[in-house]
Amino acid sequence: MSDRTMDTVKQLSARLAAGEVSAVELAQDYLAKIQAANPALNAFVELNEAQTLIEARAADALRAEGRAGPLTGVPIAHKDIFCQTGWHARCGSKMLENFAAPYDAGLIERARAAGLVTLGRTNMDEFAMGSTNESSHYGVVHNPWQLDAVPGGSSGGSAAAVAAGIAPAASGTDTGGSIRQPAAFCGITGIKPTYGIVSRWGMIAYASSLDQGGPMAHTAEDCALLLNAFAGFDTRDATSLERAPEDYTRALDAPLAGLRIGVPKEFFGEGMSDDVRAAVEAALATFRTLGASTVEISLPRSGYAVPAYYVIAPAEASSNLNRFDGVRYGYRAPEYRDLNDMYAKTRAQGFGEEVKRRILIGTYVLSHGYYDAYYLQAQRVRRLIADDYRAAFRDCDLILGPTTPTVAYGIGDKADDPLSMYLGDIYTTSVNLAGLPGMSIPCGFGAGGLPVGLQIVGNYFDEARMLGAAHRFQQATDWHLRTPPG
Amino acid sequence: MSLTDQQVRHIAKLARIELADGQLERTRDALGSMLGLIEQLQAIDTTGVEPMAHATDLVLRLRDDAISETDHRSAYQAVAPAVENGLYLVPRVIE
Repeated sequence: MSDRTMDTVKQLSARLAAGEVSAVELAQDYLAKIQAANPALNAFVELNEAQTLIEARAADALRAEGRAGPLTGVPIAHKDIFCQTGWHARCGSKMLENFAAPYDAGLIERARAAGLVTLGRTNMDEFAMGSTNESSHYGVVHNPWQLDAVPGGSSGGSAAAVAAGIAPAASGTDTGGSIRQPAAFCGITGIKPTYGIVSRWGMIAYASSLDQGGPMAHTAEDCALLLNAFAGFDTRDATSLERAPEDYTRALDAPLAGLRIGVPKEFFGEGMSDDVRAAVEAALATFRTLGASTVEISLPRSGYAVPAYYVIAPAEASSNLNRFDGVRYGYRAPEYRDLNDMYAKTRAQGFGEEVKRRILIGTYVLSHGYYDAYYLQAQRVRRLIADDYRAAFRDCDLILGPTTPTVAYGIGDKADDPLSMYLGDIYTTSVNLAGLPGMSIPCGFGAGGLPVGLQIVGNYFDEARMLGAAHRFQQATDWHLRTPPG
Repeated sequence: MSLTDQQVRHIAKLARIELADGQLERTRDALGSMLGLIEQLQAIDTTGVEPMAHATDLVLRLRDDAISETDHRSAYQAVAPAVENGLYLVPRVIE
């Protein structure tokens, strides 16, 4: 891991456009970096040089024909949750060990159409259920900043790959913080768009009313370029929003003067560590220096977001994961007595502990006699949480605070205490429940020299303003340019 | 809040997940601690609040009643554990 130069998507795009490098050369360059660094990181779970070079040659051909777009030939890593022909989609699970999807996900189609070149598939928590990548059947991912620390999750492989400079960008998905939390733990930039902006077609479902795909990269500018490619209406996703296409880079240079930043007092209370507090408060001061104003706001029900999430997400998961029955795809237990025994053994052997735990609790909250008390109550609380945000956005344009209460912790530290892991999502889950866009950008370093993430939450469809504010911050700071040792 | 062994077995049966006797206690404890977390929701007065099932106010779209899909059977069945003559094979359910 000697080469830690960070090339942004924007820079690579310019070099490709100038003819300084070809897509094939760039792909080979990154594949060599991956070969060198991945054994220590375990960020990639599948590489396929032949497939990568097919895509790279196609990108070069497009350019030769004068049909290249801004991302044509730029390499990207895809989270192993997106169905993609030519690759496996194992979703971190033994259940899908031999599964190679017969079709492309909506996000993958769009990435292909933009000319992005797939470097490989990134490791993740099993079925995106986890905040540490420890639930992956394919081994834990190591944080490039400190190899014995977790990278966060569930998009931990994507975050680690970008942070280590072995992929300039990656796709991720975020159900309760799975783009933002690993982005914070690994010191990169990631955005979860408004629910419905990025197609969920072919994105293996965890909790369908919360799941949303998005880009992860070094800079807000790169995320804006990638979101331009990923976002768009898809008739095959019943929750996809039919909206006119927008240019997410349009507000990158908008001045911050007059921007009203809401700072939720509930996000700075008990549980937040001192190092995170110091870095986030310094970031807020920088925003004020750049002309923004800050105002204290309140999200009174935000403390109930984690409990509501752990009703709604497992309930939806228990329904979604019914499809893994050993019949149409994936693992089937080798021995069984009858059909029901085949289902039960297939699922007992194919799913890991965390996934089984969430399916069981989800089954319980949906079962007769408990549905009203748990599931409907959680959905009512969900509305109150969304109402809190709605009220807060009357007094501010963006909401800023910490992405996580602490920096990355050690591998194994919370493995026996899932509840404490769940509570690490305290600042992120409410954003998914409300369906709002949220992002994380690097804003400093805390204990052990590990990165701290600043969360930016916007109103519905306000991604361009969020990306603009983040870009302005990144013009004035260099946290996003720092590279891990090694 | 804790569950009885009988409740845990019932949930596992509903979820079609085999639970070995050795895993029962561990599973019961894990589910109990999750229930402890979600019990907090009972503290909130939600009288008159409409449950929020989705992140956006969705209206179901209707598409034209026209054929839009072609036959993908062989591609889709290529990834199945057991297939014969275009059919998915499962253990016999009717004797």
